[in-house]
Amino acid sequence: MTEETQKIHFKIYRYNPETDKAPVMKDYYLEVPKATDMMLLSALIQLKAQDETIAFRRSCREGVCGSDGMNINGRNGLACITTLSSLKQPIVIRPLPGFPVVRDLVVDMEQFYRQYEKIKPYLQNDEPAPAKERLQSPKDRKKLDGLYECILCACCSSSCPSFWWNPDKFIGPAGLLQAYRFIVDSRDNQTTERLKDLEDPFSVFRCRGIMNCVDVCPKGLNPTKAIGKIRSQLLKEGT
Amino acid sequence: MAIPTFTFDAVIIGAGGAGMRAALALAKSGYNTALVSKVFPTRSHTVSAQGGITCAIGNAHEDDWRWHMYDTVKGSDFIGDQDCIEYMCKTGPECVYELEHMGLPFSRTDDGKIYQRPFGGQSRNFGGEQAARTCAAADRTGHALLHTLYQQNLQANTHVFSEWYAIDLVKASHGKGFAGVTVMNIETGEVAFMHARAIVFATGGAGRIFQSTTNALINTGDGIGIALRAGLPVQDMEMWQFHPTGIAGAGTLVTEGCRGEGGYLINKDGERFMERYAPHAKDLASRDVVSRAMALEIRAGNGFETKGVQHVKLNLVHLGADLIKSRLPGIRELSMTFAGVDPIIEPIPVVPTCHYMMGGIPTNVHGEVLTVDADGTERSVEGLYAAGECACVSVHGANRLGGNSLLDLVVFGRAAGLHVEDQLQEHLPLHPVSDDDIEAATGRLRRWQDNKDGESVSDIKAEMQKVMQEDFGVFRTAEYMASGVEKIKGLRERLQHAVLTDHSKVFNTARIEALELDNLMEVAAATAFAADFRTESRGAHSREDFPKRDDENWLVHSLYFAEGDRLSTRGVNMKPKTMDPFEPVERVY
Repeated sequence: MTEETQKIHFKIYRYNPETDKAPVMKDYYLEVPKATDMMLLSALIQLKAQDETIAFRRSCREGVCGSDGMNINGRNGLACITTLSSLKQPIVIRPLPGFPVVRDLVVDMEQFYRQYEKIKPYLQNDEPAPAKERLQSPKDRKKLDGLYECILCACCSSSCPSFWWNPDKFIGPAGLLQAYRFIVDSRDNQTTERLKDLEDPFSVFRCRGIMNCVDVCPKGLNPTKAIGKIRSQLLKEGT
Repeated sequence: MAIPTFTFDAVIIGAGGAGMRAALALAKSGYNTALVSKVFPTRSHTVSAQGGITCAIGNAHEDDWRWHMYDTVKGSDFIGDQDCIEYMCKTGPECVYELEHMGLPFSRTDDGKIYQRPFGGQSRNFGGEQAARTCAAADRTGHALLHTLYQQNLQANTHVFSEWYAIDLVKASHGKGFAGVTVMNIETGEVAFMHARAIVFATGGAGRIFQSTTNALINTGDGIGIALRAGLPVQDMEMWQFHPTGIAGAGTLVTEGCRGEGGYLINKDGERFMERYAPHAKDLASRDVVSRAMALEIRAGNGFETKGVQHVKLNLVHLGADLIKSRLPGIRELSMTFAGVDPIIEPIPVVPTCHYMMGGIPTNVHGEVLTVDADGTERSVEGLYAAGECACVSVHGANRLGGNSLLDLVVFGRAAGLHVEDQLQEHLPLHPVSDDDIEAATGRLRRWQDNKDGESVSDIKAEMQKVMQEDFGVFRTAEYMASGVEKIKGLRERLQHAVLTDHSKVFNTARIEALELDNLMEVAAATAFAADFRTESRGAHSREDFPKRDDENWLVHSLYFAEGDRLSTRGVNMKPKTMDPFEPVERVY
């Protein structure tokens, strides 16, 4: 360590099912220049150059692909858009909670994807498509803002106690955000069917308004608000 | 070693825009199709595309696909194949309307149509005033497109092998063509053989051969490496686009749409310097032109310096908060995260950054892979296809226009899918295969398993990236390139002895990175040899020792074969089907 560099302390969750009986938190140190800030993902890549056995997912490294969701100092986030300077040391990194761990920071997201698939995340319109585009007013298009931008990183669902309790029955915040994205799309005409699919006691109504999802979403989206809108539409349809 | 075999009618490798569009075409045909991707589909690099998809649907003004074609041919510096450019520009509107019908959340005009914005190199009426031809979903068009295509594939029940990695092509045992591909399940480390009648490469780009790139970490040229090892050629690999506006230091992309919406570049004196370099198009000149101008400004001492990085700035302040928030929200987010700058308040530090590989696996207009036999005969390889950035159709020639990449993906992903379907109906056979040939296609795995004493993957990769950055950047000269070629040859040799220390099976990302480096090195070598070969300046290939375009000798594609690092050329198609060709003229903006 010199005047220009500082040593950063990490504690990283390590588990390889082939060799480890139980997970351990392992200490790592990285010397980084003081003058420049660094994203956590860059630090992890440098640590991996020291110890190539550390496993994590990553792709775009700019917060749009959703690969590197992890639990950072107790809070879910994307490593690629989290600066080291924003984190207290030791920086404790764990896999996303609530999912089975495949290895180290890599979790099995099958359950998360199944819930997404359940809401039929594709535009449905049984009328024949026109020769050109279906028209949509800027006002109607604006209703999709804050919904379509989801990157499926699972930071939200993985921080949601209702999802932990009922990962097989509660759609979870990410899936419900997309459910509402299609319900509210003026080009989709299956709203009634979509709502019907959600009216059981679990799919939507397990949401307890804890709002962890809103707190952690790295894209600043608001699943709780979308869930609220689905609920009121369900209640309206029900009466 | 007997490994499990899966049999499919078609296997598509890569689940970005091109792969998913091809898969969708095939899923609807009822053929048994596998979509293999080393990442979950929506993590593919298409997700990072920002500004839009270009096509002449005429929502902003009267438009004509021929005007789009003219711009694309001119943008390519005349080595784009005109039959393919014609097909792309003509089919584009249909493909974009399809995407809209699939649910892609395009931004809208006041009358409810798809919003189109101006992009670089666009004109009306064959070189007239600036056009607005790029269809956009705010500045997240790639994300919107990729998610829409994934959603459609879910509905179509496409068989997705998510987080499976393609290793190598397997030869057919009778010696003609390919019988399939070896793959690895990343989660379990299990290796399998995918036996298929048709194989489509849609593996994307390889920007990670450079130190500084807008590309995702996964852009490692896997399809290019596989093709070269299988004895197939790659085309125009010297042609790498440096995007004018990567965020200085971080390399993340700032869309050309910023300049389309009215933003402009400034030097340290606050001068809008593009007015000097491209008096007519200014900041919306072609990307190669703008990147060179920026590099010259910085070289002349007119740049800014932040933390040791020289750069210019992109000014959006005058656009106002409302426009930035509605049309460029993602850019604002990226700029604040990676440059610490809110573009509503101050300009963004930017620098030319490696962005796109114009070269790739040569194909015809149907996406069928082309090769040249020893006697010089050109032929298509039955059952083998490539689409998207890994392919060189070539619609981009020596320089791609902004917004033409997403168009290329959907047009040729779809074309490949349709042609595969057609060929499956006709005659495409499932080729016989021998255990030895399957074994041969897992040779790389054994090498990484057996090497015991050598350098690390990360060290060799870092050195390769440094060589490419320094010797094959925006400006090139014989002297640097000759030394660069030697260095790459040395690194390529050292890579054969590099070691992997982690030999575990489960989700071993170190092994994947080692296998990826094999491919990156193939791409780097192809780039280095091809760049040294082309003794002229054209499009993105800019040589200080040969500053002029040389149509007499170089109005051709370059071809590179890995065996013996052999180079040759092939003709450019100048025969569009429905109109007269555009003859090469001097390219000014």
